Amino acid sequence: MSETQIKNLNINFGPQHPAAHGVLRLVLELDGEVVDRADPHIGLLHRGTEKLIEHKTYVQALPYFDRLDYCSPINMEHSYVLAVEKLLGIEVPERAKLIRTLFAELVRIGNHLLNVPSYAMDVGAMTPMLWAFEERELIFEFCEAVCGARMHMAYFRPGGVSQDLPAGLAERIRQWANEFPNYVRDMETMITNNRIFKQRTVDIGVVTPEEALDWGFAGPNLRASGFAWDLRKSQPYDAYEDMDFDIPIGKTGDCYDRYLVRVEEMHQSLRIIHQCLDRMEKVKGPVKTDDRKATPPKRGEMKGSMEALIHHFKLFTEGFHVPAGETYVATEAPKGEFGVYLVSDGSNRPYKCKIRSPGYVHLQAMDLMSKGHMLADIPAIIGSIDVVFGEIDR
Amino acid sequence: MKLTDEQMQALGDLRDHVSSLLGQDLISAEILKQELIITVVRGSIVKVLTTLRDDVNCRFSQLVELTAVDYPQREERFDVVYCLLSMKHNQRIRVKVSTDENTPVASVVPVFSTANWFEREVWDMYGVFFADHPDLRRILTDYGFQGHPLRKDFPLTGHVEMRYDEDQKRVVYEPVKLVQDFRNWDFLSPWEGMTTRWLPGDEKATAKAEGK
Repeated sequence: MSETQIKNLNINFGPQHPAAHGVLRLVLELDGEVVDRADPHIGLLHRGTEKLIEHKTYVQALPYFDRLDYCSPINMEHSYVLAVEKLLGIEVPERAKLIRTLFAELVRIGNHLLNVPSYAMDVGAMTPMLWAFEERELIFEFCEAVCGARMHMAYFRPGGVSQDLPAGLAERIRQWANEFPNYVRDMETMITNNRIFKQRTVDIGVVTPEEALDWGFAGPNLRASGFAWDLRKSQPYDAYEDMDFDIPIGKTGDCYDRYLVRVEEMHQSLRIIHQCLDRMEKVKGPVKTDDRKATPPKRGEMKGSMEALIHHFKLFTEGFHVPAGETYVATEAPKGEFGVYLVSDGSNRPYKCKIRSPGYVHLQAMDLMSKGHMLADIPAIIGSIDVVFGEIDR
Repeated sequence: MKLTDEQMQALGDLRDHVSSLLGQDLISAEILKQELIITVVRGSIVKVLTTLRDDVNCRFSQLVELTAVDYPQREERFDVVYCLLSMKHNQRIRVKVSTDENTPVASVVPVFSTANWFEREVWDMYGVFFADHPDLRRILTDYGFQGHPLRKDFPLTGHVEMRYDEDQKRVVYEPVKLVQDFRNWDFLSPWEGMTTRWLPGDEKATAKAEGK
């Protein structure tokens, strides 16, 4: 009998695949149904954000950050405003810090509410997704109430936040925070011990601690591999220093652990939200620094004061000048360490702004995680590392 | 975010330790804005990162960021920047090497696997070549893209634009045609307080004062 030539099969996963979480073209080399090599082709959503930022003033550059990881826009802004504040050397009032922390955690829950159920949907569970979107909508309502935009909020500004919470919002958030654990419990009853879900995720895409370090993992994916590392604890910013919360970690670093870590993180975020609300009752006062060279004056002030009018005009045309220097500031975004490397040459525009997005490094490890797995495990792995192409392609 | 006195002390100790550890390979080590920045010799970048990763007092186990900065007026116009993180000691360090368009930098993929895509991106965006990189393809730009977009001399609008051509039934690339000229407002003004830099017109004031 003559030998048959067996050739590996190359297939395109995406760029338009519902389980790719965006425009990912994954070139897979298959041996039968087993993945030999995965080569992600990214950049299909590349918008040149970093180049655009170099041509905008510091305040104009801010909304671009909302459009990076559009599932957790506030957390993207967070790194940027902290970086600008560090270069400017300005202090933020206590209340602004609390509001920022509060909204960063609300949006973190919103992000996990998108990721966890859509991941479950990738492996076959439909209902949690429908429920989650209801809860997510409530979080968007809070965002809308506070700044007028549901998603692309541009709410954090260098020097504080754009405005204080409207009357009654704190109580509404508290009420929601009291009821939210019910949703998580419902979701967990549907997924956590679900036989199908476990079959699809346990021991799939295992990342050992050594690999996690070597491949630069961060955030929930790193914690799932067993590192109790959270920038909110180890390098606290804003009000996180005074917050009491725990860091959930996984044991095996497989897809199932990454799911469990995210679910537990939602509970921990709720704890932080309660603490923020409690402290905000006592801490009143300004929500942005009164340094008029960095933050615009109040509307009312502008009606009567020429100085205030000039400040406002200059801030929104020329913008503020940032002293020459450079900094790398990282915060714990829902997906991992989100860093901004900002170089200033002393003018009113960033000289260079590099965005370090967690999804970029996680997706890079696709090859490592999917090698030797079945084709059907690819959606589970992509879902579990929580990628969004807005931030990967920038 | 602000470091405590203790952490600053530790950062100072780290600087001294790194300085003695790297010896000849080190060009400068300084702490700016509470961040440790070291500049090293281009040729020894792999050695430096390996040392920083493995030394007991450093343990910079993660490469969190790798990028480049373009300073076209300099002779070696690019700074390649490596940001490292030590989880053990909760410290960060930034390592810099400089290079130009033609001189390759050794790839650090053997030290940190995560450098793979970062270096591809720097190659794509700045055209810095990394020697011995396993797979130095473009990453973010289009297939067949020409030029390096994040260089300061690359125009914001790019060189080509694409559209779907109904006659040829395919996507065609054409030189960029702008309906109106590209506008790049210069809002810089002599508004004292916004800046402490010298601005156009300042020299007249000093000349006058000196004349009197």
